[in-house]
Amino acid sequence: MEEILQVKDLCKTFTLSAKQQRLEQTKEKKRVAVNHLSFTAYKGEVFGLLGPNGAGKTTTLRILATLIKPDSGDAVIGGASVTGAPQEVRGKIGFLTSELKLEEFFTPNYLFDFFSDLHGVPVEVRDERKKMLFERFGIHEFAEVKVGDLSTGMKQKASLVISLVHDPDIIIFDEPTNGLDILTAKVVTDFLLDLKEQGKTIIVSTHIFTLVEKICDRVGIIVDGQMAVCDKLETLCAEKTLEDKFFEIYEGYTHEK
Amino acid sequence: MKNNTLTIMKKELARFFRDKRMVFTTILMPGLMIYVLYTFMGNTMMKEFLPDDSYVASAYVQNMPEEMEEALVALSAEWTEIDAEEAETVKQSIQDKEADVLVIFPENFLQAVQEYDVTSGTAAPNVEIYYNSTETQSDLMYDAVRNMLSEYENTLANKLDVNVGDKDYDCATDRDLTAMMFSMMLPMLLMIFLYSGCISVAPESIAGEKERGTIATLLVTPMKRSSLALGKVFSLSIIALLSGISSFLGTFLSLPQLMGGETTGIDTAVYGVTDFVMLLGIILSTVLVLVSIISVISAFSKSIKEAGTAVSPLMIVVMFISLLPMFGGDMVRPIYSFVIPLYNSVMCMNGIFSFTYEPLQVGITILANILCTGILSFVLTKIFNSEKAMFTR
Repeated sequence: MEEILQVKDLCKTFTLSAKQQRLEQTKEKKRVAVNHLSFTAYKGEVFGLLGPNGAGKTTTLRILATLIKPDSGDAVIGGASVTGAPQEVRGKIGFLTSELKLEEFFTPNYLFDFFSDLHGVPVEVRDERKKMLFERFGIHEFAEVKVGDLSTGMKQKASLVISLVHDPDIIIFDEPTNGLDILTAKVVTDFLLDLKEQGKTIIVSTHIFTLVEKICDRVGIIVDGQMAVCDKLETLCAEKTLEDKFFEIYEGYTHEK
Repeated sequence: MKNNTLTIMKKELARFFRDKRMVFTTILMPGLMIYVLYTFMGNTMMKEFLPDDSYVASAYVQNMPEEMEEALVALSAEWTEIDAEEAETVKQSIQDKEADVLVIFPENFLQAVQEYDVTSGTAAPNVEIYYNSTETQSDLMYDAVRNMLSEYENTLANKLDVNVGDKDYDCATDRDLTAMMFSMMLPMLLMIFLYSGCISVAPESIAGEKERGTIATLLVTPMKRSSLALGKVFSLSIIALLSGISSFLGTFLSLPQLMGGETTGIDTAVYGVTDFVMLLGIILSTVLVLVSIISVISAFSKSIKEAGTAVSPLMIVVMFISLLPMFGGDMVRPIYSFVIPLYNSVMCMNGIFSFTYEPLQVGITILANILCTGILSFVLTKIFNSEKAMFTR
């Protein structure tokens, strides 16, 4: 199997402001978000990052998307380093997170064209891709409605489609079904499986066990910024359900600490 | 890959020009408001300070000397002769703004004047003129009667005259007058207008995008951060320039009316095409510098509100620099002083409006401003690259 993503000994620490220290009732000025994290993802697989809130999933994905830089360690995506060649990495990945917003003044149609231009997608390819994606997600119905006037689900669909304007080989989704109703969540889940069939590599962070069970090939469980377990889904779920296995690992890990 | 600077510019301009309300409030309204306001103020002031030819003043006189009657009647007033008992009533009417003026001559005025010896040391015959200074027509009548009496006094011992007749003794041309007035006022107004134009768009576009989380979406695309910085600076400059030019045109066209119209000789037609081309070059390069400075400050700010607060001291700096040439008089302007951004713009504007600029000064100013914009855009690129500046909340 071809390794397409290698995360090597990644560390990230944040400085807490005085206000954050007060709110969290701590005197520590530093917060370790990612602590010597390493894992590998293979071409064509869906890799799930599972963990409780604050475990460091989103920080890891933000580092992979080159939005923030690691304190130490590196990640190589499709041969490009997030620290050494971030611009090249950005061209290879599609990144979706609730942190990335679309300008409310514009329509999904305009934004699709705009981001396609930024990714250097030729007009003919763009139009064809737009037609396909808009139809798949039913966006043509509100393609000319300003993003500000769309519902949460519609916005999420538009964001998802726009993150894929350049048809990337590696797709990094942070909580892709968060805030979606069950119908839209199913459309997204089915789409992720479609992408997998097309040979795309998908890194997805979530805390929804059913989503992991449905789409992931391999799972990494992160606790306190460290990789507690990283294995194939079927190995992890050999004896117990994923949920039971997760709590067993989580309790064992925190108890050990 | 297509030029991403251009893509960002197109998006920023689309954001602005597709929003009709924004176009109206940022570009059309400032110029229109200034033009209407200044023209209205000018016309009102003219009405206030210039005599109304059709007005016939209500004037009263006590002990009118016969020889004076003709001169007094010529003053466009309806004269009523009164005696000493009625004087108090008339004074009250003047106070109540019902009458305009009361002139009380001493008895046997002409004889008293002729007999008066200036060397005697005694008080000269006194003419009392009662008027109301808060009433324009009354004030004007007071001046008219006073002037008439002064002229009469001059004729009694006419030893010399100054500027007699209607000849044009003031050798200043309309060009000089306009240059003086415009070079004094317009650089400061223009700088403030340009600053206002920049402040109305730059914080919204940069700090606003950070606040709304839309800048992160741009930062995960493979475009260079410098393309984003330049695209923002250029497009915001175009919008700020249009806003600044609108305000400038409003002022430029209405200033002659504000200053009293044709009567004062101020005329915008004294400036030629070359002057305007030079001015446009200066304005454009100044807007680039202002937009860059405000963009850098906005990129450091977490929200539009914070950016607004952070850029307000810049307004004071801009105003202070704009006022310098006003107090500098005919100060020497060494050529190296034209490399100081903003100050060079004010000096060039002052020079253009007073016809004293040299093309070299304008050239150095534009080059210095472009260089300054380049440096600031580089700084902006670095900020876009800094996760601390972009994502710390």
